[in-house]
Amino acid sequence: MLIPHPLLGLRDAQEFTYLGDARLIERPDGMAEGAEAAFADYVYLRDNPAGVHRELWFHEQGDRSWLVVTRDTVTHEILGAELARDVALRGKGGAA
Amino acid sequence: MTRLSGGLIDRSRSLSFTFDGRTFSGHPGDTLASALLANNVRLMGRSFKYHRPRGLIAAGSEEPNALVELRSGARLEPNTRATVAELYDGLSARSQNRIGSLSFDLLAMNDLLSPFFAAGFYYKTFMWPRAFWEKLYEPAIRRAAGLGSLSMQADPDAYDKGFLHCDLLVIGGGAAGLAAALTAARSGAQVILADEDFRLGGRLLAETHLLGDEPATEWVAGVEEELASLPNLRIMRRTTVFGAFDHGIYGAVERVADHLPEPGGKPRQTLWRITAKRAVLAAGAIERHIPFANNDRPGIMLAGAMRAFANRWAVSPAERVAIFTNNDDGHRTAIDLAAKGIEIAGVIDSRTDAKALGDYPIFAGGLVSNAKGRLGLTKIEVRQNGRSQWIDCGALGISGGWNPNLHLASHHRGRPVWDETLQSFVPAKDGPPGLIAAGAANGQGSTAAALRSGAEAAAQALAELDLKAMMPELPQAEDAVSKPQALWHVPGKGRAWVDFQNDVTVKDIKLAHQENMRPVEHLKRWTTLGMATDQGKTANVTALAVMSELTGKSIPETGTTIFRPPYTGVSLSVLGGGNTAEHFRPRRLTPTHHWAKSQGAVFVEVGPWMRAQYFPRPGETHWRETVDREVLATRKGVGICDVTTLGKVDVQGADAGEFLNRLYCNGMKTLKVGMVRYGLMLREDGIAWDDGTCARLAEDHYVVTTTTAQAGPVYRHMEFARQCLWPDMDVQLISTTDAWAQIAVAGPNARRLLERIVDEGFNISNEAFPFMACASLTICGGLRARLFRISFSGELAYEVAVPARFGHALMQRLVKTGKDLGATPYGTEALGVMRIEKGHAAGNELNGQTSPQMLGMGRMVSTKKDSIGAVMSRREGLAAETRRLVGLQPVDPAQPVVAGAHLFTEGAAQSMATDQGWISSAGYSPHIGAHIGLGFLAHGDERIGEVITAANPLDGQQVALRVVSAHFVDPDGGRLRD
Repeated sequence: MLIPHPLLGLRDAQEFTYLGDARLIERPDGMAEGAEAAFADYVYLRDNPAGVHRELWFHEQGDRSWLVVTRDTVTHEILGAELARDVALRGKGGAA
Repeated sequence: MTRLSGGLIDRSRSLSFTFDGRTFSGHPGDTLASALLANNVRLMGRSFKYHRPRGLIAAGSEEPNALVELRSGARLEPNTRATVAELYDGLSARSQNRIGSLSFDLLAMNDLLSPFFAAGFYYKTFMWPRAFWEKLYEPAIRRAAGLGSLSMQADPDAYDKGFLHCDLLVIGGGAAGLAAALTAARSGAQVILADEDFRLGGRLLAETHLLGDEPATEWVAGVEEELASLPNLRIMRRTTVFGAFDHGIYGAVERVADHLPEPGGKPRQTLWRITAKRAVLAAGAIERHIPFANNDRPGIMLAGAMRAFANRWAVSPAERVAIFTNNDDGHRTAIDLAAKGIEIAGVIDSRTDAKALGDYPIFAGGLVSNAKGRLGLTKIEVRQNGRSQWIDCGALGISGGWNPNLHLASHHRGRPVWDETLQSFVPAKDGPPGLIAAGAANGQGSTAAALRSGAEAAAQALAELDLKAMMPELPQAEDAVSKPQALWHVPGKGRAWVDFQNDVTVKDIKLAHQENMRPVEHLKRWTTLGMATDQGKTANVTALAVMSELTGKSIPETGTTIFRPPYTGVSLSVLGGGNTAEHFRPRRLTPTHHWAKSQGAVFVEVGPWMRAQYFPRPGETHWRETVDREVLATRKGVGICDVTTLGKVDVQGADAGEFLNRLYCNGMKTLKVGMVRYGLMLREDGIAWDDGTCARLAEDHYVVTTTTAQAGPVYRHMEFARQCLWPDMDVQLISTTDAWAQIAVAGPNARRLLERIVDEGFNISNEAFPFMACASLTICGGLRARLFRISFSGELAYEVAVPARFGHALMQRLVKTGKDLGATPYGTEALGVMRIEKGHAAGNELNGQTSPQMLGMGRMVSTKKDSIGAVMSRREGLAAETRRLVGLQPVDPAQPVVAGAHLFTEGAAQSMATDQGWISSAGYSPHIGAHIGLGFLAHGDERIGEVITAANPLDGQQVALRVVSAHFVDPDGGRLRD
């Protein structure tokens, strides 16, 4: 597979390490009320759809960027990739 | 049989080879198959199940029967298709799957027992009694039903792998492929042309018709010359594109040296990973046969293969041959062979309106219904107009139509589409993106259509890449389209083979139908149809048609199997691409590796690293002797050990403290500048993951260490936390594991030794530089260094870090300078013994199953802050866990302590339910004078002094152990602070 790195262009998937569902970005607040239930969801319940999925890939043999890659898990078509940092900042309402 | 005239063999040279010990001769340009035929050898193998005598079916890589063991000794390769084994001088081959000789195979009795060996016989027959399976059935079946044997020796050859990129990959070098390559290359595109054969031309090499006004081989030679002159085109002969993977990546194996007696310094094969923007699949077509009773007699082959042997290799399987066909193409074989002086006994054409296209007897509306000649065909039974007669012939060519070779087009699950006109499946349009089928692979099998569609496919590919294509002038060529009559097998008594390699007959398919194994996938698994090395290339479509006949459904309704990579077998060696043994992965050497080697160190692999395990001295006869000495010398004087392999991560930024606070379960933000703190990292599920130290060099600068094994994963995790979880923090990370050499100096004389190398102006006295202090300083007259007063051994100890290139020199300096202090290098064994003696957790304790509570660090998990894993570490299941890390010592000091043994209350029954824990680490402690261990024991912290039982059922051992403190050495930590 080839992954379109937003900074480096098309890179071979062999340069990357796979993590999984990009929802891992949305870590609950450990000090909040009901944190245990939130963490049980966060740690154990992941989406694994047959179809379009947002996934975390780490460019370990490259520039060390974590990417959010949107991929169709059936056809392996890659619909987009962006820096996970930008996604995370957007989620926190910060500047992306 | 002597050679026919013509052919693409070099008659000026002869090559000697052996088959089953007999010596024969052939010519350059021959394959093993053609050379055997030229020497009148028609019997080449025994079938898989019934051990029926078998000869060639095909002339290419689809061959199901003629599998041989090629070469000998360590280079022996089983299941090699004789049809693609290029002849070289000295080649040796043996037939396989026989007991006795090829012509008298003792296991041929299986053939007489065939009623018991019908489809599904494994599933039905060998079920009971169960105990018989392993001891009786399986060995007997394995012996009888099998392919070739392995050499059982290591592969002596080298393999390589490489990467290629192109605009257009052309798969197949026949008419369509050459036209595609020519079109694209003339247009300036970067082109790779790959063909599995050793000679370009594909089917053109096997035919006699003209291209324009010249023989096809001349046209091929002209194209080849032009292609060779173009720098933007790479021709790869002997290269099989075996798979279409994601995003235009194709796998190919180039047989670099398989046509040579020995590779002679070259890699034997190379694995290519080709990234192509577009690809043209021009893999041709594979002819199908028509099953009838005893259609597996040696000498019965595909008509197109027979024509290829005659035209390309100047051999015929017999002096007198017959043809059985349902289309015009079969007649071509008769015409070509007749032109070479072969007697044509007749063309049996199933079409009632068939006419002879040359001077030979025609049996219009005829069928071949049986054959005789166990070791070689002698006569065939022909049925025509309700009468049958036996006709003498030594070989029979069968043409049942052609199946487009669409293998790669279905590698992304694209389902082939039935074409009623062609009576065959053609590639689906939903194949791998960017792959365009052309020529016979796309059902455009006439030479003219192949040339045209090849050029058009290339033009289409280039247009999609915004490259302008220049269409080449293509020669005039035959454009005959012959629709085959639907004839899938000849009904009648006797076994009619559909899949030769797996001995699947029409009857077996009927049985599968009867047993309701009707979906294609069930048919395949029940009968083993289409399995093994040929993957049913000559069988699948025919089997499907037979099944459709039985179910009364159409062929497309019956379905079709799709293909997966690889197209033909790929050896594991070439997939490894040379990354075997010590080259399996990169090997990392520590900065003191060469020094340690010069000291006679014994090394051990620790993750990717080679670390000094121990340093034997002359006269020491056992590793334990060495390790005991190293431990005692360290505890008495001073020991020196390279600990560079521990992961180091430099953490900087205004938020560095807060960042580490969230990564480690214990607090790091409050750490004072110039101090070090032990840190425990949890996984988000609350399980202990990794530990190390955090040293604060400045307000906004920390250096943290990880375990050797987890250096990579921890760094990845830290980047995940930085980029994905807390992207708004001001913090930067970099791994400095390789940048700094780090050396542990441990023992009562450690400070005295270090004082000798630390530069003036730096005070490392106990008061100025206490336990857990750290500093940047200079040593040895100006060398920048970092000093950490930390201890893994339990002794007064330091770790000193210098830029990696000075590691070797520092090690030499320490050993030399500390000679009078008893400076002794020690390796990982002594390191391990000392940390067990001190009760420090390491990889064995942080094994992914232990919680901070179990490690006795439950209270370290701060409740005042959020950190990774903190919440989940407090959940009910983990909080209720009672097993705790304890020390274990045998009641009888002569008894061993074995890691992995399970712990039980003394005298209790031993079962899963009564299991009290396990021993995680063990070793001989020279300090205690006995074996000791660390383990996790239920309520262990409350059971100090109790005697328990360690059970090691693997060795039948039961050892009484006393539960003690995990700190065997200096339990109050006085030595650390001295």
